[in-house]
Amino acid sequence: MSNSSLKILHIDNKLSLIFKGELNLNNISQYQNQIDSIDIKDLSNIVIDLNSIDFIDSAAAIFIYGLENNLLYKDVKINTVCINTEVIDMLLLVKRDKESSSKIENITKRSLIEKIGAHTHQNYLGFLSFMAFLGELFTNKAHYIISPKNIRLKEIAFEINESGIKALGIVALTSFLIGLVIAYQSAYQLKIYGANIFIVDMLGISVLRELSPVITAIVIAGRSGSAFTAQIGAMKITEELDAMRTMGFDPYRFLVLPRIVALIITLPILIFVSDMMAILGGMLVANIDLGITTELFLDRFNEVISFKHFMIGISKGPFFAFLIATIGIYRGLMVKNDTQSIGFNTTKSVVESIFAVIVCDAIFSIIFTSLGI
Amino acid sequence: MKNIIEVRDVKTVFNNNYIHDGISLDVKQGEIYGLLGPSGCGKTTLLREMVMLQKFSSGSIKILGHELNHIKYKEAQKLRQEWGVLFQAGALFSSLSIRDNIAFPLVEYTDLSEKMINEIVEFKINIVGLNQSAANLYPSQISGGMKKKAALARSLAMDPKLLFLDEPTSGLDPISAREFDALILKLRDLLGLTIVMVSHDLQSIYDTLDSVAIIDNKKVVYEGSLDNIKSVKNEFVQTLFGKYDE
Repeated sequence: MSNSSLKILHIDNKLSLIFKGELNLNNISQYQNQIDSIDIKDLSNIVIDLNSIDFIDSAAAIFIYGLENNLLYKDVKINTVCINTEVIDMLLLVKRDKESSSKIENITKRSLIEKIGAHTHQNYLGFLSFMAFLGELFTNKAHYIISPKNIRLKEIAFEINESGIKALGIVALTSFLIGLVIAYQSAYQLKIYGANIFIVDMLGISVLRELSPVITAIVIAGRSGSAFTAQIGAMKITEELDAMRTMGFDPYRFLVLPRIVALIITLPILIFVSDMMAILGGMLVANIDLGITTELFLDRFNEVISFKHFMIGISKGPFFAFLIATIGIYRGLMVKNDTQSIGFNTTKSVVESIFAVIVCDAIFSIIFTSLGI
Repeated sequence: MKNIIEVRDVKTVFNNNYIHDGISLDVKQGEIYGLLGPSGCGKTTLLREMVMLQKFSSGSIKILGHELNHIKYKEAQKLRQEWGVLFQAGALFSSLSIRDNIAFPLVEYTDLSEKMINEIVEFKINIVGLNQSAANLYPSQISGGMKKKAALARSLAMDPKLLFLDEPTSGLDPISAREFDALILKLRDLLGLTIVMVSHDLQSIYDTLDSVAIIDNKKVVYEGSLDNIKSVKNEFVQTLFGKYDE
């Protein structure tokens, strides 16, 4: 810094670079600029004078090394003079290191097409591994069916409590509010036409067939799907899954199947609860806003809403449950040995399972419509 | 003496990258066998291949008379009950208490009464030198050294003939580490175990091991007892053992 300096002597075709004082990483860039500004075209002899240096750090030593190397290419004779042994040691250390060690490889930039290709290939591999997971799942299901004593009732019961019973409150509240909002918004429109009573038709069909199953599935995907991923991912990081395997306990039998079975059992029940709560919310609005009494509402409901609408809604449950549970668990098993990947996979699990539920619902909708139910 | 483990010409390839290039070794009955080598030389990978957590590309591994290459599901399940594995961080099941962790294989595989299982668990807890009061705690509530002991107790639950230890003393303080070494020697003598372990702890290597295999540059550079190890011309061996005097 202040106690260092570079003196440049330029005589004919001879250049002297005389460094003084302390050479360290704070002042080398300034010297680099000074040296860069010299026209070295017609030079044949350069002297780097380090005699009056009292300290050099490794960055500065690398700078000197680079200086020597750069000039070497230009057919210039270079002389580095130095008497301070510490400085010489540092320079030698850097020189030895630079000559022996390998360089960090530069990451080659990929072109757009290469990126798209790599990404597609990645997705393809992901799809294959999900298929492999499903395959393993079904062979394990076969084990289940062959010997019923393999069914882990205790774990299934535990998971039903975790992902079903504990979710009752939030599912009920969400559904109630959805029913309330839908009824409130449509009440305004229906009043204009004086078609007040049709709120029952509208609510009944939309809630039972579509809204309740999808809303419940989305709440459960956010709640249980993410929990499955995080639990199993953490178990993978702590090697608990490996420990189970070496003891001969198949994680599929102990962790995967109980969760899937539990969710398949609970989701239809939760959809039923959601049906009730949403209708209740609608009924409340109908009573207050449209003046439809409870008796009238229920009579009309009995008359116009056939049982099949309810059954269609409930029957979607097991399918949604299977999707949510398998995606959640698959993502958990994909967790690598670092904490980042738990977060990454949990996010993926929720997004993918909600997407899968909506796609599945769309497919059902097409099938049911073309079957005329 | 009989060979418990025979590894023949095992090669492991990851993305065109050789981890092992023809590894062969023998573990004899009743010995404590160490797998040593610099970091990243594939010791743990080899251990994982032995316990069927990972597949190798070619070669063969024979454990307790079972060929791992074409092992049937039932044989594999039987084999898994005949060995115990201690993972580096213990890998205790976090949802179960220490007692339940140790009892888990007994509950699943045997039809013993609960009382009997309790007694076995108590015995295992004693033998590894764990305090009985820890039995009802969960893995997150106990220290690292206790976790290792509890995990060791779990791996001994089914009275295995063969024990795999992955860096048993890593992360322990020197006193606990020496205690653990003494424990391993005691267990070998008491229960007639054959032990295969991966270790970096020099003291523990000298105190416990009967034979070692040094893996370096994808191959076994030395296999045998520790007595004449210093004559091995290998950078890793010279650095590790060169200056050390017993």
